[in-house]
Amino acid sequence: MITAIGFISGLSVALAIVLVIANSKLKVYEDPRIEVVADYLPGANCGACGLAGCRAFAESVVEGAVKPSQCPVGGAETATYIATYLGIDAGEAERKVARLLCAGGADVAYQVGTYEGYSSCRAAAVVTGGSKACTYGCLGLGDCFDACTFDAIRMSDTGLPIVDVAKCTACGDCVRACPKDLFELYPVSRCLVVQCKSQLEGDQALAQCQVACTACGRCVADAPEGLLTMENNIPVLNMLKMELQTPIATYRCPTQAIVWIEGQQMPELWAKTDFAKPKQEHVH
Amino acid sequence: MTALLHFLNPAKTFKHGIHPSEYKDFTKDLPIERMPFVDEYVLPLSQHLGAPSKPIVKAGDKVFRGQPVAEASGFVSVPLHASVTGTIKGIELRHHPTGKMVESIVIERDPFSPQTLYNEKQLDWEHLSPPELVQFIQSGGFVGLGGAAFPTHVKLTPPKGKTAKFFIVNAAECEPFLTTDHRLMLEQTDSIYLGIRVCMKILGAEKTYIGVETNKPDAISRLQATVPSDLNCEVVPVQTKYPQGAEKMLITAVLNREVPSGKLPIDAEVVVNNVGTMAGIGDLVRFNQPLIERVVTVTGPGIHRPANLTVPIGTKLSDLLAYCGGITDDTRQILFGGPMMGAPQVFLDVPVMKGTSGVVCLTEELIRPRHEYACIHCSRCVEACPVFLNPSRLGQLARVKRYEEMINYHLMDCVECGSCSYVCPSNIPLVQRFRVAKGMIREKQARKQ
Repeated sequence: MITAIGFISGLSVALAIVLVIANSKLKVYEDPRIEVVADYLPGANCGACGLAGCRAFAESVVEGAVKPSQCPVGGAETATYIATYLGIDAGEAERKVARLLCAGGADVAYQVGTYEGYSSCRAAAVVTGGSKACTYGCLGLGDCFDACTFDAIRMSDTGLPIVDVAKCTACGDCVRACPKDLFELYPVSRCLVVQCKSQLEGDQALAQCQVACTACGRCVADAPEGLLTMENNIPVLNMLKMELQTPIATYRCPTQAIVWIEGQQMPELWAKTDFAKPKQEHVH
Repeated sequence: MTALLHFLNPAKTFKHGIHPSEYKDFTKDLPIERMPFVDEYVLPLSQHLGAPSKPIVKAGDKVFRGQPVAEASGFVSVPLHASVTGTIKGIELRHHPTGKMVESIVIERDPFSPQTLYNEKQLDWEHLSPPELVQFIQSGGFVGLGGAAFPTHVKLTPPKGKTAKFFIVNAAECEPFLTTDHRLMLEQTDSIYLGIRVCMKILGAEKTYIGVETNKPDAISRLQATVPSDLNCEVVPVQTKYPQGAEKMLITAVLNREVPSGKLPIDAEVVVNNVGTMAGIGDLVRFNQPLIERVVTVTGPGIHRPANLTVPIGTKLSDLLAYCGGITDDTRQILFGGPMMGAPQVFLDVPVMKGTSGVVCLTEELIRPRHEYACIHCSRCVEACPVFLNPSRLGQLARVKRYEEMINYHLMDCVECGSCSYVCPSNIPLVQRFRVAKGMIREKQARKQ
C-alpha cells in the first residue's frame, strides 16, 4: 500500500519536473497583443480581408503587415480600438457595401420560360440560365441569400435580393456567389449606381426588360465631363472623379437604369422586407 | 468454347451504367434529307471548347459558301466558315444555346445564288504529311460532332513522347432519341472510312475500332460488310447501355483499358473520335468542304414531323422547327442534344452549332416531377455511376456546400453523364449539384493563381 503510494507520488513528481523543464525549454514566445487584437475582431472568419481568418489578421496587424482598417466587417470602430491599443495608425478605408447591379424584378423583366430545375442560380446558369428574357440579369434563385453569413440579404417578392445597408459588411461572399457577377462592392459615398449590366442597346434591351439601360447616353452627356463613359453599352463611373458625382445624371434616364442612392438601395422593396424575422433555411 | 462464350456474352461493355428507354423509333428509319436554305444564318464565334474565333469579315462583305469568315485564335481554336453564299449583315450579340449573348456573325443568304462550294476540289491527301493534314483539318474548322465540340486537330496531335496505338471511332450514340450517327453509318459509309484512313495516317495508329451499340444491327452489318480490305479496322458491337458513348467508357468496353484518373485517353494509347467527325473529314478530303453543315435529328413527341436533316451550321431553331411542321401545343421543353446531357433552350432564335447533334421536343409526360425528397441511401446511384464514384455522399456534401471535401471523393472524375440523377428515386438533382460544385472549385482554383 505504502509502496504504491510512494511509487505514484514519486512518478508524479518526476513527471512534473519533466513538464516544467519542457515548458521552459520548448516555449514558443507569442506576442500577447495578438490575443487582445483577435478579441477585438468580429471573429466571423469570413476572409474578406484576404487573410485566412481573424487570427491570421490579428497576427498581421501586430506585425504591421496590414492596417487595422483592412477588416471591412469590423468597420471604423474596431479599427480605432485596435489602432489605439497598438498605438498605430488605423489606416484609411471607407466603408463599402454590396450593390446589386440589376433592377429587373419579376414585375419589370419579361419572362420567356419557366425554370423548374435545381433551385440555385449557379445550376440555372449552367443550363441556359433561368427564365428571364434578359441573359445578363438576376436569376432570383437566391445563391447570394444562401451565401450571406451576416443575414444582410433577403429575397424580395419580385425575386430580387435586397441588401440591408446597416447589416452589410462588404465581405464579398455575395460577389463570389453570383454567377452573373451582379454584385459589386461600392464605397458608401458613391451614390451614382447603374442598376443594369445588359450589353444590348436601344429597343433590343427594352424588349427584355422595362428598366434596362438602353445605352442612350443621356447620363454621360448630362454628367460633369469625364465622370461617366460608355463602355459596352453601359455607363461606367470614373472612380477618380467621384467627388464630381451629381444626381443630374439620373434626371433624363428614360428607364431609371441609373439611380442616385443615398444609403439604402431599392428603398421601397427594402421597406417591405422584414429583416427582423429570422432567416429561413433555404431548402434546395 | 470461344463460340459458346461469344454466344453467352455477345457485346462488350463497361461496368455499371443505366438503361433508359430509347425512343429512337421516331427517326431511325428516316433517311437524311437536306433542309432547304433559309434567309438568315447566325454563326456564334464561340462554338467549340477553347478560345473563340476571330472574325475576318465585316458588315456588308460578300461571302461564298465554305469561305472562312473567322480565324482560329490559338492552337485550341478553329476557324469558322460561311455556311451559305450571301452578305454579312453584321457582327452582333445574339442568343447562344448556352443562354448567354455571344458575338455572332450574321449572314443573309443571297436568294439567287446556286450555293455551290467556295473552292470545290478533291484533295490529294495521300501525298500530304501528317502535320500538313492536321493543319488542313484545323483550317477546315473541325470539332468533335458528338456534342462536346472539342477541336479535332488537338486530339489528333498527341503530346510529345506519347503515341496513339489504337484509334476508336465512337458510334455508340447512347443518348436516347438521337439517330444522326445511325443514319450516317448507313448512308455515308464511304466518307466515314475515308475519314478513318486520314486519321490513321496522322496518328500512325495500328488499328481502328468502330464501337457501335447493338441496338443498331443494320449499321453494324453495313459497316462490317464494307470494311476496306487494306484497312486494319474492326467493327465492335458494344452493349446498348448509357453512357456507352462516353469516351472513357467506350475505351473500357472496346479495349478493356482504363484511362487513369485525371488523365486523357492518349495516356492509354488511344484517341477517340466521333463517327460524324469522320464523315466530315471524309467530305473535307473529297470535296474540300469545311465543317459548314451537319446532320441533326429533330425528334420527340412534341414535333409534328420528326426528321434527320442535313442543315447548314447557324440555322436558327425556329426555322428548323418550322421546316419540321412546328411543335405541338403540349410541348413543354426543347433540348439541344439528347435528353440525358442536352441543354434546354429558352430562346427560339438560337442557332444550330457545330456540336448540336439533335433537337428533342418533349411533352409533359416525359418531363419528370421535380419534387425532391430526402436521400434514402438506396445506393442506386452508386450502382449506376460508370466512374465508380459515390454520388450519394457527394450529393450530401454538395447540399451543404462542402466543395473542398468533394475533391477527396474524386468529384473531378465525374463525367456528368447524369446516370445518378436518372436513377434517383428521391429525385435529387445530383448531377446538377456536381456541375455547380465543379464550377465553384474551378473558380476557386483560378482565384488562387
